[in-house]
Amino acid sequence: MKVRITIDHALKKYDGNTVIPDLSLVVEEGELFTLLGPSGCGKTTLLRMIAGFNSVEGGKFLFNDKEINNLSPSKRNIGMVFQNYAIFPHMSVKENVMFGLKNRKLPQDEIEKTTAKFLRLMQIEQFKDRMPDKLSGGQQQRVALARALAISPDVLLMDEPLSNLDAKLRIEMRKVIKDIQREVGITTVYVTHDQEEAMAISDRIAVMNGGVIQQIGSPRELYQRPQNLFVATFIGHTNIVKAKLAGNNILFDGYKLVLDNLKDVPDQEVQVSIRPEEFIINEDTSSEGMDAVVEDYVFLGLTTQYFVRLADGDAVEIIRESIVGKDLAVGQHVKLQVKTEKINVYDASEAAMTLIRKE
Amino acid sequence: MRIDGFRKDKAVWTLISVLIFIFFFMFIVYPIFSILKSSIYENGAFTLENFRRFFGESYYSSTLINSLKIAVVVALCSLALGIPLAYFNTMYVLKGSTAIQIITILCSMSAPFVGAYSWILMFGRSGAITKFLSDVFGFKMPNIYGFAGIVIVMTTKLFPLVYLYVCGAIKNIDNSLLEASESMGVVGVKRFWKITFQLCVPSVLAVTMMVFIRALADYGTPALIGEGYRTFSVEIYKQYMGEGGNSHGFASAISVVAIAITAVFFFAQRYFANKHSFKMNALHPIQKKKAKGFYNVFIHVVSYALVAFSFLPQVYLVYCSFRKTTPSGQSFIEGYSLNNYRLFFARMGESVWNTLLLGGFTLIVTISIAVLISYLIVRLPSKLNNTIDTLSMLPYVIPGSVVGIALVISYSTRPLVLTGTFIIMVIAISIRRMPYTIRSSVATLQQIPITVEEAAESLGTTRGRTFLRITIPMMSNGIISGAILSWITILTELSTSIILYSSNTITLTLATYNFVSRGNYGCAAASASILTFFTALSLVLFFRISKTKDLSM
Ligand SMILES: Nc1ncnc2c1ncn2[C@@H]1O[C@H](COP(=O)(O)OP(=O)(O)OP(=O)(O)O)[C@@H](O)[C@H]1O
Ligand SMILES: [Mg+2]
Repeated sequence: MKVRITIDHALKKYDGNTVIPDLSLVVEEGELFTLLGPSGCGKTTLLRMIAGFNSVEGGKFLFNDKEINNLSPSKRNIGMVFQNYAIFPHMSVKENVMFGLKNRKLPQDEIEKTTAKFLRLMQIEQFKDRMPDKLSGGQQQRVALARALAISPDVLLMDEPLSNLDAKLRIEMRKVIKDIQREVGITTVYVTHDQEEAMAISDRIAVMNGGVIQQIGSPRELYQRPQNLFVATFIGHTNIVKAKLAGNNILFDGYKLVLDNLKDVPDQEVQVSIRPEEFIINEDTSSEGMDAVVEDYVFLGLTTQYFVRLADGDAVEIIRESIVGKDLAVGQHVKLQVKTEKINVYDASEAAMTLIRKE
Repeated sequence: MRIDGFRKDKAVWTLISVLIFIFFFMFIVYPIFSILKSSIYENGAFTLENFRRFFGESYYSSTLINSLKIAVVVALCSLALGIPLAYFNTMYVLKGSTAIQIITILCSMSAPFVGAYSWILMFGRSGAITKFLSDVFGFKMPNIYGFAGIVIVMTTKLFPLVYLYVCGAIKNIDNSLLEASESMGVVGVKRFWKITFQLCVPSVLAVTMMVFIRALADYGTPALIGEGYRTFSVEIYKQYMGEGGNSHGFASAISVVAIAITAVFFFAQRYFANKHSFKMNALHPIQKKKAKGFYNVFIHVVSYALVAFSFLPQVYLVYCSFRKTTPSGQSFIEGYSLNNYRLFFARMGESVWNTLLLGGFTLIVTISIAVLISYLIVRLPSKLNNTIDTLSMLPYVIPGSVVGIALVISYSTRPLVLTGTFIIMVIAISIRRMPYTIRSSVATLQQIPITVEEAAESLGTTRGRTFLRITIPMMSNGIISGAILSWITILTELSTSIILYSSNTITLTLATYNFVSRGNYGCAAASASILTFFTALSLVLFFRISKTKDLSM
C-alpha cells in the first residue's frame, strides 16, 4: 500500500523539556524524504515518533487518513533501519531477513521466496548462512536494509544508517539505498546530519534546527533559494556580506546591484548570501565592483579557492574554475562582481528571512 | 645491553610459568592422579572392586541418581525463578530495585547449609512456624526433610545466581534490537522468547552449569536437611570418615565418578555455549518502562515475594541469635539476650581469627597466581602457558569434598606431610577458587588495550616492569572487586575445609556447622549471624570499590 505521512502540529516533550514545539509536514507517497539538521535538533526524536517508539505529547500523526498516534509500532507496518543496524547477533543473515516474515505466518515457500529475493536484491546471498559478527559494516548495513524491506512495509524509516561506515562505503551505500528505494517505491523517511548525503539521496529535505523546521524543499531549492540564513549557511558554504536595500537596488560599499526578484519591502539594512562560486573576480581595478585584496589562494585542480578581504574588513571565500597561466598574486587589488540571479538577500533581523520572491 | 635485558626478562617469565606449572602439578594433577590410583589400586594390586561395588549395590549407586535428580531439579527451579525476576527488574521500573539487587547478592553469597539450618528452625518438625501453625490453626506442616527440603533450600540460595547472570546479559542487549523486533511486529512474550531470551542463552547456559555443579557437590544442605535422602557428596564424606567402616579406596571411587559426571556436563555446556556464542555490546541499553495496572502489581508482588523467600532464612537466624536458649543451647525460650554470642566467643572465638587469617592468606595466594596466570595466558601464550590455562580450569569440575580428599590422600605420607596444617587449607581453597579468579582476571586484562603496554615498552621499560607499573595498576579495580568476591566465598567455604580442618584451623563456617550438627542452636545462630555480618560488610566494600551494582562470579 502506498502511504502518505502527515504530521500535524506535533509536540514532543522529555520530562517537561520541549524538544519539538510545533511541527507539521507531509511526506508524499513513494518519496524519499530526509530530515536534516545539526546534532540534537530532534531528527531522531521525530523519526521515532513516526515509528511509534516515542510518545506523542501533542498533534496528530497520520498514515494516509488513519491516525496512528496510539498505534503500537508493531501495528504500523514500518521497516526500520537503525544507526547501529540492530542485526540480531544470534541469528544468521538469512534468519535475520526471515524474522519479520516468519512472524506473519506466511506459507513457508513464500517466506523462502521473499527472503531469497531480498538477499539477492541486496547482494548478500553468498553470506546468507553467516553469523552477523563475521560481516563487514557495509554488509551488515545491507542485511539491515533487506530485513526492513522484506516485510514489505508501508513506510521505511532510517536513522543515520550510513554514519558507521567509512567515507567510500558511505557513497556506495547511499546509491544502493536510493536505487532500492526507487525500485520498491516505498515512502521513506531518512535522517542524517550530513548535508551532502542528504542532497545526494533525497527527493525532498526538511532542514531542522532546534526542533523547528526551517525549510522543506528539493535539494536544488534548498541550495539555490534558502528561505533563511540558517538554511543558507547549513546547506553548502556561503559568504554573508552586509548591504543596504533601496527599492530594487542592493547597495554594497561602492557597488550597486539591481535585482528583479525582490519582495516588495521597505528600504532597510540587509544581509546578502553569496556562495563562493557566485562571485566574479575582475582584475581590472577601474571596473565596477567591490574593492578587495587577495590574501591567499589554494589550487585545487579543477577549481582554485581564493581568500579575499573586502574594503570594510570582511573576509570572503571565492571559488572559480582554475585558469591556465599566471594566477592572481597575493596582495593584488581586484574588483568583485556577483552573479545577480544566484544570490540571496535576507533581512537583518535574527530570523534573517529571505527577501527574494517565490518564483 | 638491551638484548641482555630482554633475555633476562624472558627468562623470568619462563621461570614463573614453570613454577606455576609445578605448583599446579603438585596440587591439582598429582592429587587427581592419587585419587584415581587409590580407587583402582588396593593392597598393591589393581582392582575394579570399588567401582563394581558402587555401581552394583543400589544402596550406593542410588546416591548418584539422587544427587543428579537434585541438581537437575534445582537448576530448573532456579531458572524458573531467576529469569522472571531478572526480566522484571531490567525491563520495568520496580520500586526498591536496588534493595532487590543487594539482597539477592547477599543471599547468593551465604553458606548453603545456613539456609538449611534456618529452614529447619522455622519449618522443621519442631520449627517455630510449624508449631505456630499446628497450635493456632491445627495445620500440619508438610515434611520439609528429604528431597523437597534440599531442593527448596538450594533453590533459594542458587536462583539469585541465575538472576544476577541474566540481569547482566539483559543489560548488554541494545534497545534497538528490541525495537527492530517490534517494528517487525514481534512484541510481548513472543519477543521475550525469540529475542531477549535467546540473547541471554550464553549467560543462561553458563549459570545453569554453575548452579548444577554447586547443587551436585553441595555437602552441607543434604547433610542437614536430607535425612534419609542420601546424596553422593554426603556419601563420599561418610566413606572417607569411615562411618561405614570403609576405606579411602571406596571414597576415591565415588569421587572419580563424581568428577567424571561433572566433567561430562561441563563439556556439554561448553559445546552448546560455543555454538551459541556471539558478540554484543549495548550502545543504548534498554530503558526501564513503567508497567501498567494489574501487570505492575503482579511483577511487584512476584519480585518481593521471591526476594523475601530467599532472604527470610538469614533474617530469622539473626533474630534467633538474640533469643535466650536452654543451657544446652538445644532450644529457644522466652526472652532476649546476648548470651549466644558470649558462649560462641568463649568456645569458638578463635574461629573468627582463623577465618580472617585463612581468608587473607588464601586471597593473597589466589590473586597473585591468578593475575600472573592471566598475564601469561593473554599476553604470552605458549604451549606451557596454555597447559597451565587448562589445568587451572580442572578444579571447576571437581566437587569441593573431592578436592579435600585428594589432597589428604596425596599429602598425608612422607616426604611431604601437610594434613592438618594451615597450609593445606590455604592451598585447597585457593585451588578451588582459581578458575573463577583467573577467568575474571583474563576478562579484565583483555579489556586493556595492549598498545598501552607497548607504549611503555617502547619507552624502554622491560616486560616485568611494565607488568608491575602499568598492567597491574590498570587491572587493579578488576582485581580488587574480584578479590572481595573470592574473599566472601572463602568465608563461606565448607565442603573442602570440613575434610581438611583440624582443631587449630577451624573457621567460622566450620564452627557454625559444628554447632548445628551438635544441636547447639543458640551458638549456631550467633556464629551464622557473624558470618552474615562479615559477608554483608565485604559486599558493601565491593560496591564502594567497584562502583557498580552488578557482579558476576
Ligand atoms: N530520552 C530522552 N530523554 C531526554 N531528552 C532526550 C531524550 N532523547 C533525546 N533527548 C533530547 O532531545 C533533543 C533531540 O534529540 P535527538 O536525539 O532527536 O537529536 P538528533 O537530531 O537525532 O541528533 P543527532 O544528530 O546527534 O542524532 C536533544 O537535545 C536531546 O538531548
Ligand atoms: Mg539522532
